[in-house]
Amino acid sequence: MSVLVYAENTAGLFKKATFEAITYAFDIAGGAPVIAVAIGPASEEHLKTLGQFGASKVLHVDNAAFQNFDARVYARVVSDAAESINASKVVLANTYSGKSLAPRIAVRLKAGLVPAAVELPAANGIKRTVYSNKGFADTITKTATQVISLTPNAYKVEGGKADATVESFTSSVKASDYKVSTIEVKKVSGKVPLTEAEVVVSGGRGLKGPENWHLIEQLAESLGAATACSKPVSDMHWRPHDEHVGQTGITIKPNLYIAIGISGAIQHLAGVSGSKVIVAINTDKEAPFFKIADYGIVGDAFDVLPKLNDAIKALKAAN
Amino acid sequence: MKILVCISQVPDTTTKITFTPDGKALNSVGVTFIINPYDELALTKALELKEAAGSGSVTAITVGDASTEPNIRKALAIGADEAVRIDAQPLDAFQVSAMIADYAKDKGFDLIFTGRESIDFNGGQVGGMIAEMLDWPSVNVINSIVFNGNKATIERDIDGGREVVELETPMVVSAQKELTEPRIPNMRGIMAARTKPLAVVTPASSELLTEVSTLTLPPAKGSCKFVDSSNVQELVDLLHNEAKII
Repeated sequence: MSVLVYAENTAGLFKKATFEAITYAFDIAGGAPVIAVAIGPASEEHLKTLGQFGASKVLHVDNAAFQNFDARVYARVVSDAAESINASKVVLANTYSGKSLAPRIAVRLKAGLVPAAVELPAANGIKRTVYSNKGFADTITKTATQVISLTPNAYKVEGGKADATVESFTSSVKASDYKVSTIEVKKVSGKVPLTEAEVVVSGGRGLKGPENWHLIEQLAESLGAATACSKPVSDMHWRPHDEHVGQTGITIKPNLYIAIGISGAIQHLAGVSGSKVIVAINTDKEAPFFKIADYGIVGDAFDVLPKLNDAIKALKAAN
Repeated sequence: MKILVCISQVPDTTTKITFTPDGKALNSVGVTFIINPYDELALTKALELKEAAGSGSVTAITVGDASTEPNIRKALAIGADEAVRIDAQPLDAFQVSAMIADYAKDKGFDLIFTGRESIDFNGGQVGGMIAEMLDWPSVNVINSIVFNGNKATIERDIDGGREVVELETPMVVSAQKELTEPRIPNMRGIMAARTKPLAVVTPASSELLTEVSTLTLPPAKGSCKFVDSSNVQELVDLLHNEAKII
């Protein structure tokens, strides 16, 4: 038996969610080989470092024709790799790409899929989030092969192991199998993706209007954080919908979530309750957010935010 | 354009989730069930696409027992031409996907629409599984879709940005929030829904690959530590020294 990890990359660069998935794969392998598969051009130097997190070997589809994402094509490559190494487990990061691939791989391998996994397997199965973080489901797979899609920020990254060997991999899929053609990629440069951010600064109606968002952005910049917002804010088009966290938006679990001027509707709390530490700043001391917050300030955002930003900048400068 | 929209029934978003004492099921007492909000967007967009094409049909399909019928009727009231209920208890994404794929495989659909995920189990699996079972391409979490003949131009969310892709029918896509605004059924739609066809289908097989052993609630949070608004520095100190988070 062995464990296959899909090493998602963007133009040859790997990200934290992938390192988490490899660390997780190493920890569930129990000494069995952990093998990563990477698709598209990437330097040997970058590929080798995947070993630091626990992959002994990287299967590399070193072909520019496979650079663009087509879920059907990528799922076939990953499934072929899983079959070639006789993998009993396939681990992916539950990113947008991972979410597109995992169900297709599960069908190809006829494997039970645990999406949004947040913990190591236990006697009851693997814990995953359900009801938009309002609950957990311990999930058992009934198949010989298992696919696990790991929620970003739910598991540690542990490096310091040996470099991996890199091997070229050719699957049965051809470039002519592509059915989805990528026309344009619009990356938001220099911004931390919300789903992977370790710190998130989020604003609600208490900010009174989009013209005041520089206060949120400045604090986020000082913290190296992503920005987010509540549903009313996205509904009023103060902020783009992809910043809306909550039950019908994005579910996140950063290390630190700072909610400013958000009262804390049950749907919003569901989307962020998995955060490790929550800070709420609100003028209303009865705001529901304070019930799930670790730290709170009852005060006006326009008064507190500049002071908080200064104090954080001073701390960052001193360290 | 012939479109199939997968509808799942979920607890209303304001529901305070609790589980039965054995931890096996949702405590559904007093819970209102609604059409999954993302599925509602998928349905509305499907209607818009049919209208833009000037011909075609929209079929709403769900897997569930008779208790789901009010929500299927609602899908008809919103504007679906016909509805299908596969008479089974949905327990696993593979099982649900296999039933829908089996129904859809020989019906000549151009497009199968799902929501990006259901707000109960949040797996986001069904669209991808159906696509793989039918060997169709799939595009997840889409914000816009425009057809030119049988070719679609789609904008979708990716990690850290957006992507524009093109592909031809048949395909499976999943709806994201920005795609459209949900359509509210009007009185004429509600009246018409009463007489629209709602077929009940018995599934050929029901195979589960996963099983939920225990449902649990998140641990209760401790109490909030308040810092005076005149002493913001204390909050930063707490985050740095006590929570060790910054």
